[in-house]
Amino acid sequence: MSAIFPKWTNRLPLMVLIGGGMTATAVVAGVWYYFTPKYTYVGYQPLQPVAFSHATHVEQLGMDCRYCHSAVEKSWFSNIPSASTCMNCHNQVLKDDPRLALVRESAATGKPIPWVQIHRMPDFVYFNHAVHVNRGISCVECHGPVHKMDEVWHAQPLSMSFCLDCHRDPAAKIRPLDKITDLDWKWSEDPNVAAQQQRTQGEKLVRDWRVESLDNCSACHR
Amino acid sequence: MRVFLLVFGVGVVLVMLIAGKRGDLSRRSPIEIFPDMDRQLKLRPQTPNSFFPNGLSSQLPPPGTVAQTGPMRVAGREVYPHQDDPVNTGRLPGTTNFVELNPLPVTAQLLARGRERYTIYCAPCHGATGDGNGITKKIGAMAVVASLHDKRIVELPDGDIFNTITHGKNLMGAYGPQIPIEDRWAIVAYVRALQLSRLGSVEDLPADLRAKLK
Repeated sequence: MSAIFPKWTNRLPLMVLIGGGMTATAVVAGVWYYFTPKYTYVGYQPLQPVAFSHATHVEQLGMDCRYCHSAVEKSWFSNIPSASTCMNCHNQVLKDDPRLALVRESAATGKPIPWVQIHRMPDFVYFNHAVHVNRGISCVECHGPVHKMDEVWHAQPLSMSFCLDCHRDPAAKIRPLDKITDLDWKWSEDPNVAAQQQRTQGEKLVRDWRVESLDNCSACHR
Repeated sequence: MRVFLLVFGVGVVLVMLIAGKRGDLSRRSPIEIFPDMDRQLKLRPQTPNSFFPNGLSSQLPPPGTVAQTGPMRVAGREVYPHQDDPVNTGRLPGTTNFVELNPLPVTAQLLARGRERYTIYCAPCHGATGDGNGITKKIGAMAVVASLHDKRIVELPDGDIFNTITHGKNLMGAYGPQIPIEDRWAIVAYVRALQLSRLGSVEDLPADLRAKLK
C-alpha cells in the first residue's frame, strides 16, 4: 500500500483541517471587517468641484449651518445652497478669485455646480432631517465634526445599526434645541459630568418633548 | 503545507495592504455590496437627471406660476402667498407705499424667533448688535455694511426693511429665497428691538424696574 499512498498522506486530513480552518477564519474575519459601512462608507472624501471649506466658514467666521442649509428645519432633505446664497457674500469677498469661477458662473447662468453627494442613504430609507433637528438631534451626531473639516468626509457609518442604536436610546444623544448647530457644545467641560447630565437631562428632554424614536420597520422603510 | 502557509500569509497581507483600515480617507466612491435596491429609478432632490433637457431633478416652476399652499394666519385673517397684501409685499395694497408697522402681532415669541433668525442670517455682516461690525467687516472683506442704528434706517417704515430683506439692496443680496415670510417679519421686529436698545430712555421702563436701576 505504501507504494500508492506515500507516508506524508497520513498527515493529509490534519493538513486539510488546519488549512480549511485558517481559510475559513480569514474569510469570516475579512467579511466582518470589510463588509460593513464602517469600512465601505466611512472616510469617503470625494474631490469637490469647488474647494469649499466648512472649517473656514463655520469655525473661523462663525456662520450657522442654517445660513446655507436653510431648509433643514422644514424639509426631509437638507438642501445644498444655491449659488446665489454664496454670492450674498462672494459678490464682494474674493470676488475675482479663480477658485470661485464655477460659483459665479452658476449664479449667472443657473447651471448647477456639480457637487458630489457624500452622505447618501439607500433609496429605501426615508430619513427626515426636519424631525431630527427639531427634536434635539444635532448635525454632528450623523455628520461628524463638519465644522472642523476643510474637505468633508463621511464620518459615521450611517448603517441600520447606527440608526437603531440611537432610536433605542435617544436620551444618549438629545440636546437642547438652541444647541443643534453648535457642533462643539457639551453639557459640561468635565466628561464625567457631561455624561451624567446627558443621561439625566436627556431623559427629561425625551419625556418632555414626547420623543417617539420608533424602532419598527415602517418608521424608516416605507 | 509550507507552500500553503506562504500563499495564505501573502494573501492576507496583500488584502490588508490593498484594502486598508476602516475609516481611511479615500477619494473612491463607496463600495456598495448589493446596490440593486439601494439605487432605485426615482427622483431625489438636487441630483442630476437626464430626463429633462436642463439635467435637473429639482425643476424650477415655470415663470408666472403661483405656489399653491395653505394660507398664513395673521391676526385672525388668512393670507395666501399670491395675494397683494402687506404681509407678502411690505406695501399697502395697490400702491408702492410701504406699511408703517409690522402686520404680524409683535409678541415675545415673535421677538425670540426674530433674534434666532437674525443671528443666523443677518449677524454675519450686520453684527450681533446691529452696528454693522459683523465678521465680514472684521476680516476686512466688505467695505460697506449698514449700521442698523443709523438714523436713516431707524426712520424707515417696517415695510421697507421687510422689502430690503426680501429683495436685497445695493450690495446686499436677496434673502427672500432663504427666509420664509413669517421669519422676515420676526427679524424686522427684532431689528426694531435692537434699535430701541440704543434709543430708549429711563422713562420707558416700568416704575419698579426704574427704581431698581437707581
